[in-house]
Amino acid sequence: MSIFETFSLALSNIWSSKMRSFLTMLGIIIGIASVMVIAGFGDGMENYITESFQSAGTNVLTVSLTGTGSSSTVKVDDMYDMVEENSEILDFVSPKVTMRSQLKIGTETYNRTSVTGVGEEYFDIYDYKVEKGREFRYIDMEKRTRVCIIGSYVDSEMFDGQSLGQTLRMGGEVFTVIGVLENIDDEPRQGGSDDVVYIPYSIAARLSYSGTVSSYVVTVKSDDLIDRGQNLVENELFEILRSEDAYTVTSLTVLLDMMTEMIDVVILVLTFIAGISLVVGGIGIMNIMLVSVSERTREIGIRKALGAKESAILSQFVIEAALTSAIGGIIGILCGYGLSTVATNIITNLLGETLTVSPSATSIAVAFGVSALIGIAFGYLPARKAAVLNPIDALRYE
Amino acid sequence: MKTPLLEFRSVCKTYYMGDDVVRAADNISFSIYENEFVAIVGKSGSGKSTCMNIIGCLDVPTSGQYLLDGYDVGLMDKDELSEIRNEKLGFIFQQYNLLPKLNLLENVEVPLMYAGVSKRERRDIAKRALESVGLGDKFRNKPNQLSGGQQQRVSIARALANSPSVILADEPTGALDSRTSRDVLALLKDLHGKGNTVVLITHDNSIAATAQRIIRLADGKVIYDGPAEGAFDSSIDSACEPLEAPVEEQAEEGYNEHF
Repeated sequence: MSIFETFSLALSNIWSSKMRSFLTMLGIIIGIASVMVIAGFGDGMENYITESFQSAGTNVLTVSLTGTGSSSTVKVDDMYDMVEENSEILDFVSPKVTMRSQLKIGTETYNRTSVTGVGEEYFDIYDYKVEKGREFRYIDMEKRTRVCIIGSYVDSEMFDGQSLGQTLRMGGEVFTVIGVLENIDDEPRQGGSDDVVYIPYSIAARLSYSGTVSSYVVTVKSDDLIDRGQNLVENELFEILRSEDAYTVTSLTVLLDMMTEMIDVVILVLTFIAGISLVVGGIGIMNIMLVSVSERTREIGIRKALGAKESAILSQFVIEAALTSAIGGIIGILCGYGLSTVATNIITNLLGETLTVSPSATSIAVAFGVSALIGIAFGYLPARKAAVLNPIDALRYE
Repeated sequence: MKTPLLEFRSVCKTYYMGDDVVRAADNISFSIYENEFVAIVGKSGSGKSTCMNIIGCLDVPTSGQYLLDGYDVGLMDKDELSEIRNEKLGFIFQQYNLLPKLNLLENVEVPLMYAGVSKRERRDIAKRALESVGLGDKFRNKPNQLSGGQQQRVSIARALANSPSVILADEPTGALDSRTSRDVLALLKDLHGKGNTVVLITHDNSIAATAQRIIRLADGKVIYDGPAEGAFDSSIDSACEPLEAPVEEQAEEGYNEHF
């Protein structure tokens, strides 16, 4: 009796009691579908976070000078020199001064618009394009020119798209708009990435309380140099500051890794919980197979009398259980796909963000393999019971 | 003298029912040769079912030897028993024992399937077997669409499929009316006429009379072994009368012997 025949026999047995087979599969269907949706959700979340980090720059190192006083500062020129001397690893540098003074345009005050003092390479670092007007130049930094570049939201909402040459006020100074950035967010909104004003860092530093630049962004040439870049910057800063407490260098990559790891743990726990339903499904299969064996005792007796070996009966029942489970697995995978699509739509509609719940090919393969394995594992005991039946007793069984 | 096809040599079979020991077969010896038609007759409890199970290789003797076609069945493991059942024996049961979900062709194919015969060959053999029992027009029917007599004919076809050495019929007419019984018996006779060895097991003397030779059993012992004529003379019954004596005594004997 070939394997193929055993399979077709098992299929016809499953088919001959459709309702029962379906109910038996239900546990596996639910288990596989939920594992898939959860795994897909985890993948989607990771992708989403990775993407948003990548747009924020995974090749970016953020340097914060935490010490106070003149002894613990680094001159802006030192930072530029550092990048220049290590040009095989480091790419751009820009001071970054976050302003807390209020932005005023005409008589209106805008609290949610973020104002940042930056160097002339800042837009290269984040790949922001100036759509109208011009970028900052070195001379703007040197002369502390009162100029600014604004985000597209500020341009369209506050200046009706006619901002070039207009002025805005901050900390008692008047700034002239020299450039407008390209739109960044899909849906520009208040407080978003387009609701921004950039001014030269030199004037920003003067307007801030400390009067110095306490934060820099440095980029490395490529993402895989991020660790070397970080070490390098840390060493250089230690040379200058002679204290490890006076600075911190962080990269988004580290943060990204941390978050990914956290998501992984959460998803693993959720998957494990969903996996319990797979075990329950397996027990359901075992239960039904046991019932089936006792119902078919006579059939088993006949088959044995006609020459079926124990191994033939064993494989017949194991394959039937495995096939039931695997078919459940396939239906579960299809359901998982459907649910993933629904979940994607719901999340996209609710959050206005694109988070795709997409189960990976690996998770599908694993899900299918697991369901077949569950069938074999939980089908073995009933099959064993069938195989060792005494043919005389089995034939007499009513 | 030619060697017997199947041979019982002092076969004993003992069962334990609680504390009681039942000697279902008590030192039974007989030989059956090729192309014989033998009926094994006995009342309920006479040991004929035990004989049938041993002949059918569904069970092995407690002591003694059972040789089938030269093989000592008592020495075989379960897989070998399965194989020998498949190769050497064709079963015909009282309750037909067809598989209800399979059609007639598939039912007849079952023993061939376990013998590893290819699909196409199986189909051909099964068709021929069904035609030979007069069911050539019902290949695709399910057993429950057939009368009892027809179902028994299917099971005969199934028994023939593997061209076995012995056809073993256990009360083949037990569930049939007298007319279909006669048909089935005629079919068995016909098979014998074609050179098959047929062993018929029954409690019914008139049915046993169809056979050439009769082995009568009572209380696990052979009380008559010879031609059908004269098998049921009253002298035999009276002679064995004392043997039907208290069952307790018998059990006692067995008990002592075993402990």
